[in-house]
Amino acid sequence: MGMLNLNLTAETDQPLLSVQGLTKRYGARIGCADVSFDLFPGEVLGIVGESGSGKSTLLSCLAGHMPPDQGSVIFQTAQGPRDTVTMAEADRRRMARTDWAFVHQNPRDGLRMGVSAGGNVGERLMAIGARHYGDIRDKAIDWLGRVEIAADRIDDRPRAFSGGMQQRLQIARNLVTGPRLVFMDEPTGGLDVSVQARLLDLLRGLVRDMGLSAIIVTHDLAVVRLLADRLMVMKSGHVVEQGLTDQVLDDPQHAYTQLLVSSVLQV
Amino acid sequence: MTDQAYNFAYLDEQTKRMIRRAILKGIAVPGYQVPFASREMPMPYGWGTGGVQVTAACLTPEDTLKVIDQGADDTTNAVSIRKFFQRTAGVAVTEATAEASIIQTRHRIPEATLTEGQILVYQVPIPEPLRFLEPRETETRKMHELEEYGLMHVKLYEDIARHGTIATAYAYPVKVEGRYVMDPSPIPKFDNPKLSNSAAIQLFGAGREQRIYALPPYTHVVSLDFDDHPFVPSKAPHDCDLCAASDSYLDEVITDDQGGRMFVCSDTDFCRTRREAGHLGPLGVPMQETV
Amino acid sequence: MYVAVKGGERAIDNAHAWLAEERRGDTTVSELSVAQIREQLALAVNRVMAEGSLYDPDLAALAIKQARGDLIEAIFLIRAYRTTLPRLGASLPVKTEEMAVIRRVSATFKDLPGGQILGPTFDYTHRLLDFKLAAEGEVPAAPTAPASTAPVPHVTEFLNREGMIETEPTGDAQPADLTREPMELPANRALRLQAITRGDEGFILSMAYSTQRGYGRTHAFVGELRIGTVAVEMDIPELGFAVEIGEIELTECETVNQFKGSKTVAPQFTRGYGLVFGQTERKAIAMSLVDRSLRWAELGEDYTGAPAQDEEFVLMHADNVQATGFLEHIKLPHYVDFQSELELVRRLRAEVFATQEAAE
Repeated sequence: MGMLNLNLTAETDQPLLSVQGLTKRYGARIGCADVSFDLFPGEVLGIVGESGSGKSTLLSCLAGHMPPDQGSVIFQTAQGPRDTVTMAEADRRRMARTDWAFVHQNPRDGLRMGVSAGGNVGERLMAIGARHYGDIRDKAIDWLGRVEIAADRIDDRPRAFSGGMQQRLQIARNLVTGPRLVFMDEPTGGLDVSVQARLLDLLRGLVRDMGLSAIIVTHDLAVVRLLADRLMVMKSGHVVEQGLTDQVLDDPQHAYTQLLVSSVLQV
Repeated sequence: MTDQAYNFAYLDEQTKRMIRRAILKGIAVPGYQVPFASREMPMPYGWGTGGVQVTAACLTPEDTLKVIDQGADDTTNAVSIRKFFQRTAGVAVTEATAEASIIQTRHRIPEATLTEGQILVYQVPIPEPLRFLEPRETETRKMHELEEYGLMHVKLYEDIARHGTIATAYAYPVKVEGRYVMDPSPIPKFDNPKLSNSAAIQLFGAGREQRIYALPPYTHVVSLDFDDHPFVPSKAPHDCDLCAASDSYLDEVITDDQGGRMFVCSDTDFCRTRREAGHLGPLGVPMQETV
Repeated sequence: MYVAVKGGERAIDNAHAWLAEERRGDTTVSELSVAQIREQLALAVNRVMAEGSLYDPDLAALAIKQARGDLIEAIFLIRAYRTTLPRLGASLPVKTEEMAVIRRVSATFKDLPGGQILGPTFDYTHRLLDFKLAAEGEVPAAPTAPASTAPVPHVTEFLNREGMIETEPTGDAQPADLTREPMELPANRALRLQAITRGDEGFILSMAYSTQRGYGRTHAFVGELRIGTVAVEMDIPELGFAVEIGEIELTECETVNQFKGSKTVAPQFTRGYGLVFGQTERKAIAMSLVDRSLRWAELGEDYTGAPAQDEEFVLMHADNVQATGFLEHIKLPHYVDFQSELELVRRLRAEVFATQEAAE
């Protein structure tokens, strides 16, 4: 799968995702306003900001979980560029289980808690037509290994897993079909600091090996420092600064970014 | 109830037309659940009101009706439904599968191979095969629309992971003509192969849930499984104690409180026909003696 | 030798005969007439009409008699009869503001035009068993006064004049008929109200109660509760105008619920609505609470996962005729399915024992 994505990257200079003027209001309150950016294949974009800055609203609109009021989200599908905002829901959902993946902050939102780890990883495979139990199981074991879950836990339900394991399982479940674009909402959110570090390491390895394109929403600058090529800083629904991650973090231009960086420091 | 006070087969003609439209749509899109404005019938929901409405919409005065429940013509609910149509439609009734033009059934497909021109009407309690995986109707309709059937296989995967085999014994889900996943009603999975490529029209009515679906004759129906864990129809590993049939679905009958039991055909007409033809099991007696 | 159980037909006939005898009870006690039920068990009759969706007190009383007082069974009888009737047309919307009220109370105002009218209510009776009733004594006539001809406007209309409460959109579109079309979800408000008004009183009551206890709280006040008769009018195309075809008794409840708004959108009260056949005020109040609770999406409120906010949950489980049928069907024979489970469990057990033995 990694090879495939790398080839795609090499072949195209088209953005994988092109966002124009995306706006979402909640009544009179602004969720996010006039957000535009391009995401190229193999690129990881971090979106940072404090809670209430509109980053989660933006992610929901990008991933099709919430209809924006204005703007377009053009995705480079196999059939060419398509606006996922105006796309029929059927097509959007089909895309969500093939080309896209979504990693929730709370693994409970992204896992089937009543289904074994193997079943959780196998679901996307079965959704796209896998019908050989042995193969599905082998692939699940392979992916459990890649996210550092012992193979003998394959028949256990996520309930019996620690928070970090649940989150790793969610990642395996999402990546097993080799999606082209992964949305992550605070993937290290509710975890202990030591567990966070391990998960970040793991994510960095996967992103690099698979050449994943990803959009990661987080309030944690350490996460974007490690994972993101580019960074977008949001405040009160607006993008106040964007650029290469190191550039933005090392030499913040906007007063808000400066505040954000200085308040976290030791990245 | 004065029988003349009601229309032929109880329902008024407008209602029957509405149901026939749903049936035709169901036949045109095999396995798709067609919503229909199910009526309150003079029998409770869950007792075959869907099947009764479908039968009422199909019946003509020339029809011969057979009604079975658990494969038997003489179970109380089968008797009650048969009587209802005798009263409201005055049609001929029969227990012989081959003689019936319409057969209404609950939980079984007759053993005898059905023929062209016959209609088999199933009573369906929960038409939605995805219901116990996803309780929301709005969501399951979308899943069918988009062919999002991964979850169905997750259930089968979980069965194998836990039990080593697919632990669904009845209402075993099927896929129709490679498109819709369908609940075959709570028939034992032993009956599933008979769904496919049948010469008869198969109609499914769910009254409470307001759904009709159908399999036109010679429709390809596949029981869901995995390549390396294929579907296996199963029955009790016995022969019928009355007619010695080795290939029919058997009921287990407790005969005493010492653990004694016997196995007999659940399809009473099939068993009787065999005994009339001289087939006898260890506990069977020739037909004329039991009369 | 084994003989299959036969005689389902005779068993059914005998059971019916026995049922008829039990229904009549002790023949030395005089038989209840339908008129007695209609007049003296009027609230039971009202419930059967409301949930049976058929306004006919005589038929409802007959159904109660036939059902031996089992109201859900009586509702079922009425529904099964009703479904055979042709749908001739639709009436004009009833004008509840012109209702000849026998009871009208508002919890939001101390007094109001048209006055508070207590009417024949249990509200302030002390719930003490009245043994005089056991003696079958005659009741002294209640005091009377000439009926007021003053108009009795809706309380919400006063609030509306100030713009204090949301305005209901009006329209001529004919709402879908739940009894003639399959329920489609998501449903619009008209369809929801239809489903709730014929829903089971106990279920709607419990749903409403749950909102009061915090599962989808809506902060409801009874703006107005009124009971009385209204004229039913129908447009007759041949005549070119509407004629009155009869009168029905209704209970209507309008709740005034906590406002919403923001710095820019002026706060307003919102409404819940209940309208039920007959004198059925518990149901009407409960209905208005459930209605309001189900409106969370259109009013931009949060979905908290409360049962009473879940349209599909409420609408798919409110109908007691459907519920009771499906519930009770599990007493029908299921031995074919049970047999297949039995074999499956035997086989699985055998496999487990074989594995255990192999291990030992």
